[in-house]
Amino acid sequence: MKILVPLKRVADPDNANKIKIPAGGAKIDTSGLEWKPNPFDEYAVEAALRLTENGATPKQRGGEAIVVTFGPKETETTLRSALATGADRAIRVDAQDDALDGHLLARALKTLVLREKPDVVLMGKQAVDGDSNQVGQMLAEMLGWPMATFAATIKEEEGALLVGREVDGGVLTLRVKLPAVVTVDLRIVAPTSVYSKQTAPTFKYNDGVRFAALPAIMSAKKKPLVEVKLGDLAADTNLSIKYLSFEPPPARKAGVKVKSVPELVEKLVNEAKVL
Amino acid sequence: MANVLVVAEFSEGKLKKTTHSAVTFAQSVAKGTGGSFSILAIGAGAKASSGELAGFGAAKVFIADHASVANYVCERFAPTVVATAKKGFDVVVAAASAYGKDLIPRVAAALGAGYANDISSVKVEGAKLTYRRPMFAGNAYGFCEVTTPIQAVSVRQSEFAPAQPSGSATPVEDIALAPPSAGADRVEFVSFDQVKSERPELAEAGVVVSGGRALKERFKEVLDPLADALGAAVGASRAACDAGYAPSDLQVGQTGKVVAPKLYFAIGISGAIQHLAGMKGSKVIVAINKDAEAPIFQVADYGLVADLFQAVPELVTQIRKAKSA
Repeated sequence: MKILVPLKRVADPDNANKIKIPAGGAKIDTSGLEWKPNPFDEYAVEAALRLTENGATPKQRGGEAIVVTFGPKETETTLRSALATGADRAIRVDAQDDALDGHLLARALKTLVLREKPDVVLMGKQAVDGDSNQVGQMLAEMLGWPMATFAATIKEEEGALLVGREVDGGVLTLRVKLPAVVTVDLRIVAPTSVYSKQTAPTFKYNDGVRFAALPAIMSAKKKPLVEVKLGDLAADTNLSIKYLSFEPPPARKAGVKVKSVPELVEKLVNEAKVL
Repeated sequence: MANVLVVAEFSEGKLKKTTHSAVTFAQSVAKGTGGSFSILAIGAGAKASSGELAGFGAAKVFIADHASVANYVCERFAPTVVATAKKGFDVVVAAASAYGKDLIPRVAAALGAGYANDISSVKVEGAKLTYRRPMFAGNAYGFCEVTTPIQAVSVRQSEFAPAQPSGSATPVEDIALAPPSAGADRVEFVSFDQVKSERPELAEAGVVVSGGRALKERFKEVLDPLADALGAAVGASRAACDAGYAPSDLQVGQTGKVVAPKLYFAIGISGAIQHLAGMKGSKVIVAINKDAEAPIFQVADYGLVADLFQAVPELVTQIRKAKSA
């Protein structure tokens, strides 16, 4: 199976409360925060690796996982990390973050998909910086492919994937015939979430994503990484969403610590008046 | 002037409250721009809700009630939304539920429309719509415009109060389903494993009681009596869901459910940024945690540093007493 994984780097999501919005709100300043792979995309890479191997022998690749990112030269670090965990090759589409939006990304990815002809495009359901949650759905429509979003489980079948989607009120299971677009949710990296046809149904993965060993980090430097121009993939690079300004969230006023349960209940009744 | 198309949402043939939030958005845009709004309902059994849908003051209610759309599959729903939107609508909107977030971006792509996900408010100036939306786990809000001729939007349910029926009697039109999307024959609905609960829906509850990993296997045992005493919905942190103590459907957070009840209890939840993103809009936040340094105390109006296994049962007793007083 050949899988294309679009990957984005984001400002450290665990320190997202440290972003700064300068007076006037012209931009969001993430300087001082480390770049990290978007967690959902990192999970998509892990899912792609699981689908292209026998879980018991992960060093033998049983397919191809191609990672692609859109960004300046320095985003190649994110691609190299994905190569070090097992992805086979990488593509960087040269672009600036603020010259991209979901619709443009989907248009550019469509061209790339038509060139690379993967069986599956596997990606995070959203990037946790813009929280825009749309590229996978748009790409599927533009390609005329079936899609399964918010995947918590994926099981490979002959020419198809059985996907358990986390939706409101439960899990909705779809069978999508390949080629297809799948976007992944948090639980996709649980021990029994993803099974390729080669992996035994009794096999259990470690929870979470795999880490790269030092030799793999070294050899990842030799894996193919090509650069493509955004204009080569999308003739029209106009944006459909224009951001005018930004503002910080409303501050919550400082709360109090109570000493006991009776004091808490007393305050909820008499002060907050919510009981 | 902007004409808005609201895409209604159903669960087991019943209209979902998420729809009412999308209607509120549509009412304010229609009013502000001097346009109108209509509602589209797709699904087997959707016709049963025509009376309710006709009561919101819409120009028209479109119903596509067909056996072939008994189960939601995006590729079978999206083309009918697209075809309806092309009847002169400028904005297509649904709630930012799992349904809306799956469906609307695909519709947007088919319409060549830009899509603003999960907006928290809209500003109307003449015909210009500016959307405010949370980004970076709610640590920033962006103000944006969609620049395409048709705009696609999903609205955060907790930020748009449910529309109330106005007693109008909108004309209802039965419509045919548009032919399925390319690729529809390659996707098959297999099953829907529903998590049944007698409790209020998380996104709609006035009180939410959420638990974290600290509750361990006693999650239900400890939280259910508290939720019962308060008539509350139950939520959970990601850690509690990942560990299997609570169903995934209950996860409150940046990418789970976003709630803004009048009263929110965080029990044994440390308060990761991603969790705060899902509950920071609550009117009153109570945190109980034995770690006095837990970040949850920074957003809590009332914090209690205590062992939750002792504090929660005591709280249940005290609340019962207070309520019966």
